[in-house]
Amino acid sequence: MRKVIIPIGPQHPALKEPESFQVVLSGERIMEFSARLGYNHRGIEKACEERTYIQDIYLTERICGICSHSHSSAFVQAVEDIAGLEVPKRGLYIRTLIGELERIHSHLLWLGVAGHEIGFDTLLMYSWRDREVVMDILAMLTGNRVNYGVNTIGGVRRDIDADQLKQIAKAVDTLEDRTKYYIDIATKETTVIERLSGVGVLSHDDAIRLGAVGPTARASNVKRDVRKDDPYAVYAELDFKVVTDSHNDVYGRTIVRMGELLEAYKIIRQIVKKIPDGPIAVKAPRKIPAGEAVSRYEAPRGEDVHYVKANGTEKPERVKVRAPTLANIQTVAKMLEDRQLADLPIVIAAIDPCFSCTDRMISVRNDGQKRANMMKWEDLHTYSIEWYRRKGIDFSKVNEKFKKAVK
Amino acid sequence: MAGSLFSILIFPGFVFLLVFGLAAEFFDRRIYARLQNRQGPPWFQPVADLIKLMAKEDIIPCEANPRIFKAMPILAMTATVTAFFYIPLWGEKAIFSFTGDSIVVLYLLTIPTLTFFLGGWYSTSLYSRIGAMRAITQLFAYEVPLFMSILGPALMANTWSLSEMAVFYSKHPFYCVFNMLGFAIGLVALLGKLEKVPFDIPEAETEIVGGTFTEYSGRLLGFFRAAIDIEVIVGASLMAAVFMPFGLNVWPALGFFFYIAKVLLVVAALALFRTVFARLRIDQMINFCWKYLAPAAFVQLLINLIVKGLIVR
Amino acid sequence: MIRPGKMIKLVLETLFKKPATTAYPFKKAVMPDKFRGKLVFYPGKCIGCKLCMRDCPSNAINIRKVGEKQFECDIDLGRCIYCAQCVDSCMKKALESTKEFELASLDREKLKVTFHGEPQKGAESKT
Repeated sequence: MRKVIIPIGPQHPALKEPESFQVVLSGERIMEFSARLGYNHRGIEKACEERTYIQDIYLTERICGICSHSHSSAFVQAVEDIAGLEVPKRGLYIRTLIGELERIHSHLLWLGVAGHEIGFDTLLMYSWRDREVVMDILAMLTGNRVNYGVNTIGGVRRDIDADQLKQIAKAVDTLEDRTKYYIDIATKETTVIERLSGVGVLSHDDAIRLGAVGPTARASNVKRDVRKDDPYAVYAELDFKVVTDSHNDVYGRTIVRMGELLEAYKIIRQIVKKIPDGPIAVKAPRKIPAGEAVSRYEAPRGEDVHYVKANGTEKPERVKVRAPTLANIQTVAKMLEDRQLADLPIVIAAIDPCFSCTDRMISVRNDGQKRANMMKWEDLHTYSIEWYRRKGIDFSKVNEKFKKAVK
Repeated sequence: MAGSLFSILIFPGFVFLLVFGLAAEFFDRRIYARLQNRQGPPWFQPVADLIKLMAKEDIIPCEANPRIFKAMPILAMTATVTAFFYIPLWGEKAIFSFTGDSIVVLYLLTIPTLTFFLGGWYSTSLYSRIGAMRAITQLFAYEVPLFMSILGPALMANTWSLSEMAVFYSKHPFYCVFNMLGFAIGLVALLGKLEKVPFDIPEAETEIVGGTFTEYSGRLLGFFRAAIDIEVIVGASLMAAVFMPFGLNVWPALGFFFYIAKVLLVVAALALFRTVFARLRIDQMINFCWKYLAPAAFVQLLINLIVKGLIVR
Repeated sequence: MIRPGKMIKLVLETLFKKPATTAYPFKKAVMPDKFRGKLVFYPGKCIGCKLCMRDCPSNAINIRKVGEKQFECDIDLGRCIYCAQCVDSCMKKALESTKEFELASLDREKLKVTFHGEPQKGAESKT
């Protein structure tokens, strides 16, 4: 059969964010797969340099809609490291608690999305219904459902009272019940297993070679978890284990995520029991002394790295973010080798991609090379029209029709 | 002449079918929502959707063959409505019947799938073409079990006419028990024909956007949607006529009520199926149909032949 | 044991239960007490230090001097990201978050809110 190239994205129902993939198909079989990043670039790193540290907390929080706490925590940790601030224990406990609640909400969300990608909307509806439990808890603790805004430099902004701790413990019990049910479904429902097992195989060696992080790596039996390898916050004091699996496929990734949910409940129970009294934050200076720091944080999707360079003013000199999806996106091409088109959505979804996290600044340096040149806006516009025309997509007729309609 | 024109166009013909089809779509969506612990749409949602689509502009791709592109939705609708006239509904007799009308109904029910294929293929979008290929591949998988599941009861009744089958089974309602396996096979095959989860492979939105219907919009999409709604009713009526021949000899109003209940029962069963399964891949679907469904249909045939030899004679 | 239709028991049970979703715009949603919604401003407490303006990540807030020790506050709800940093930054507690969250508007101008007088019982604002 003739080979066809089909575009998946930038706008496609399988993708929740704009990102472009080109798939070369022979019949239903995928021959080649290539990803093209950059549709969601917002210039956040540059914007961070223009704002003060306090403003940057809220800006980094908005890098990602799901792991918002991860990004702000990673940023805040780096700044605290430079300023040499000793965050009080209670503050660290609260930060960890919110982080684990976020992991729960992210993994339950992922389960629903995975269900939707394989056409199992019932799983989506039920797991998202139960996700509301943890969303309500987060809204109660922090005052917002998604962008918690709980971090500040030197600690956290909101304290937790005894009544709230009781409610958390209660919610964790219900969620544990539900999670066990979903593990039951995911490991026993025939159609789900048919669609998940053996799909998107990433061998142990490939996972290491391509630098996979988070559940994607752990499902290939790579024991890689920042919470254990380089403990931050209070993870060193908590008892939990790194969930790994040796299925190497999407089924394994499901099992790892569900296992991590159970571990998260365990962690939260310990936090509720152990949380010490005391202040929740120390006062941070407005001007951070010169220095640089790298901070690592285990986001629900994998290792999140922030680099901050301070120059002694109110504003950072440089902020660099390496989101987990950037590390994992390379593995998708490997996973899709010789698979069917029908597997594509679930394989992409299985790394739990967040493209708005991933898209970073690309600088074009005019160093005499041929490809590097600067374009004016009008030139770029004509160039893009030409580019699409060469691909066989011509909008000129539509434009004329549109102009007529406007007149 | 006027009487049969009335029965073709109004009742129990086209208008009734459309209204019942939309009502059944609402019922299906509501049940589906309730099974998923959701509120579900309000009662007028299918009507509102249809009116909205009818009011919108038709966009025909430049590359597409406009004649075929426009003809397919109407052809799909015509074929399903025609098939309906040969199915006995709430009496023992269908509006029209002749020897061998069951074969005609089954073939008329194949036409919508063919129109999906042609419509998708001639709209020249890549997604549509993949969807069209999938639709036609799927046709080869479910069609044989569907035909054989109807063939079993027909063999036992010793007739090829649906109306005569209804007469036979309402005389001997007990014989339906032997057709239960065929009923199950028919329901599963019907899921494939109606392209619903787990067999909604040709229009799997997360893979190929809208499949066959990617390029369809406005009125033409509305016609396709209406045709699918009507196809659900026709398929469910066929199942009801062949496998549930009860309440055909009663007072017509009561018979009508029984008929509606039977169709809604089939629709509810289909909704339950699509709640509890994930979508299969096309290769898995074909494997399933040929490895399990077709042999099961053979078993049903065997049962019918044995029963016919021993009891019915 | 692997079997198809594992969820069938749960879905049939839920068929007769009350749906988990609500008919939202008709039935109001209630937010928790400490929700970070629309801001209110207490002019009597404001001393015009403008710390809130300095810390606002999105330049949504503007404090204007209208007289001797009298201040007015403009908040652009379209710009506000509801982080409530201004509430934390304010030393005199002249700003406060409320539970109000249904703030969408078709008109950009209606999103610009100015607080004139002392609010009576929670949020009272004139545009």
